[in-house]
Amino acid sequence: MNQPPIIEINNVSYRYDRDNVLENIQLSVPKGAFLGLVGPNGSGKSTLLKLILGLLKVKEGEIFLFDTPQKSFKSWDRIGFVSQKANSFNTGFPATVYEVVASGLTKKVGLFRLPGSKEKQEIKAAVEAVGMEQFLTRNIGELSGGQQQRVFIARAIVSKPDILILDEPTVGVDSKNVQSFYEMLSYLNKKMDITLLLVTHDIGIISDKVTHVACLNKYLHFHGSMKQFETLDETDLSDLYGHGIHLLEHHHDHQGADV
Amino acid sequence: MIEVIRQYEFLQNAFLTGMIIGIIAPLLGAFIVVRRLSLIADALSHVTLAGIAAGLYFNQTFAFLSWLNPLYSGMVFSVVGSLFLERLRTVYKHYQELAIPIILSGGIGIGAIFISLADGFNTDLFSYLFGSVSAVSRNDLWAICLISIIVLVVIFLLYKELFLLSFDEEHAKASGIPAKSIHFIFIILVALVIAASMRIVGILLVSALMTLPVAAAMRMAKGFKQTIVYSVLFGEVAVIIGLVSAFYLDLAPGGTIVVSSILILLLVISAKKFIKVG
Repeated sequence: MNQPPIIEINNVSYRYDRDNVLENIQLSVPKGAFLGLVGPNGSGKSTLLKLILGLLKVKEGEIFLFDTPQKSFKSWDRIGFVSQKANSFNTGFPATVYEVVASGLTKKVGLFRLPGSKEKQEIKAAVEAVGMEQFLTRNIGELSGGQQQRVFIARAIVSKPDILILDEPTVGVDSKNVQSFYEMLSYLNKKMDITLLLVTHDIGIISDKVTHVACLNKYLHFHGSMKQFETLDETDLSDLYGHGIHLLEHHHDHQGADV
Repeated sequence: MIEVIRQYEFLQNAFLTGMIIGIIAPLLGAFIVVRRLSLIADALSHVTLAGIAAGLYFNQTFAFLSWLNPLYSGMVFSVVGSLFLERLRTVYKHYQELAIPIILSGGIGIGAIFISLADGFNTDLFSYLFGSVSAVSRNDLWAICLISIIVLVVIFLLYKELFLLSFDEEHAKASGIPAKSIHFIFIILVALVIAASMRIVGILLVSALMTLPVAAAMRMAKGFKQTIVYSVLFGEVAVIIGLVSAFYLDLAPGGTIVVSSILILLLVISAKKFIKVG
């Protein structure tokens, strides 16, 4: 438990021109957590992600990644990222699932080198972890939105990152497949020991999978474990969150699920 | 046919060059097509035309430049054109396709000026525009061999980077591979292959040999490696059919090669339909 958090955000504020998008954010992602970062559209979630990933410059406050100040952080291969845009790629591209996942190793293998048998094993393992092994030789464009998203997750985890950051990964996933999609994420978290930071606008559906929750709407309104989150009642939530949030319909009993 | 080829050196040159560009043009073409850069090949081939016309004009007009092979001036123009093209694409960030008509018309414009200045290389020019079975010299063949070896080695070494760049440019940049330099190298390869191919297929039809076999391959391939293999296969078949028929029927090989590629494409499309129905 004494391990430093994977991501530590200290008093970070951010503004575009005059508008404050983020105000005094204090957030940490402990190792092994499955943290759901929830907030309505325009709440600054994407901005916070961009700050973490270094796509935007931190001007106020500081961010630590693996206990290193983000400015001097170099081991970006320890952080996997699956963007929302992953499912707006050119679906006509003639690439098999295997080829797409293999492309996740490009940087790791390095210039002028070809992937060897060790890499082939890693690719197969990543594809199995997301449950897509029977589609290895299929063209990516022939798959459903949810399957494609799984392939992109495999591409992100094939280089064995410690943490996987997912930005609204279920956009474009069939509603009937969303549940199994989150079960797969849970599997990555518990069995493969990958810390997850999941950004979504819908806490309801993930409430029985995540271990920690952070509610963001310009300010960080709540940050704690799922257990603490569940002790809040709905009026607290509405106050915290700004407006109504659907939690109750997915409220499952968590006895024994101490994670 | 093989007997005839053994007899004439010019036919050996033409067939060997044809077989070589039948490999490298579709190979690069596979990357060009999936990156939606097909029209860039067209723009660059027109710039190459300007270089050829300039070369022909110079070695006709200035005695001290008579050694100048238009193939080399074409290559230089093509590479310089590719650099301009990249520059324009960053100038007009939101209208990247605007770079193509600018470069394309610029190429034809300069070409037209040199052609009218020289006013006397009609037969030569025709072979540059539509290809020729008899125009490839031994020197051309060696130059094309060298270009092909460079292209093959670079593609082999940078295959995974080029694949990632083609499939997901943003991810490529985010993962820290030198996307800009690799794209730059790629565009120069395209310029070189265009210059190499034009002796056989002709300037106006070079881009066809880079795109048509790929278009056919994409209809039936599983994955990108297979797309490349099929593209090269179709490219080779088209070149051989095209050259043989060009020789016997006394036609411009550019025409026969492109028509063969289109026939292959139609065959693949209808075969696929037939299989689906059946």
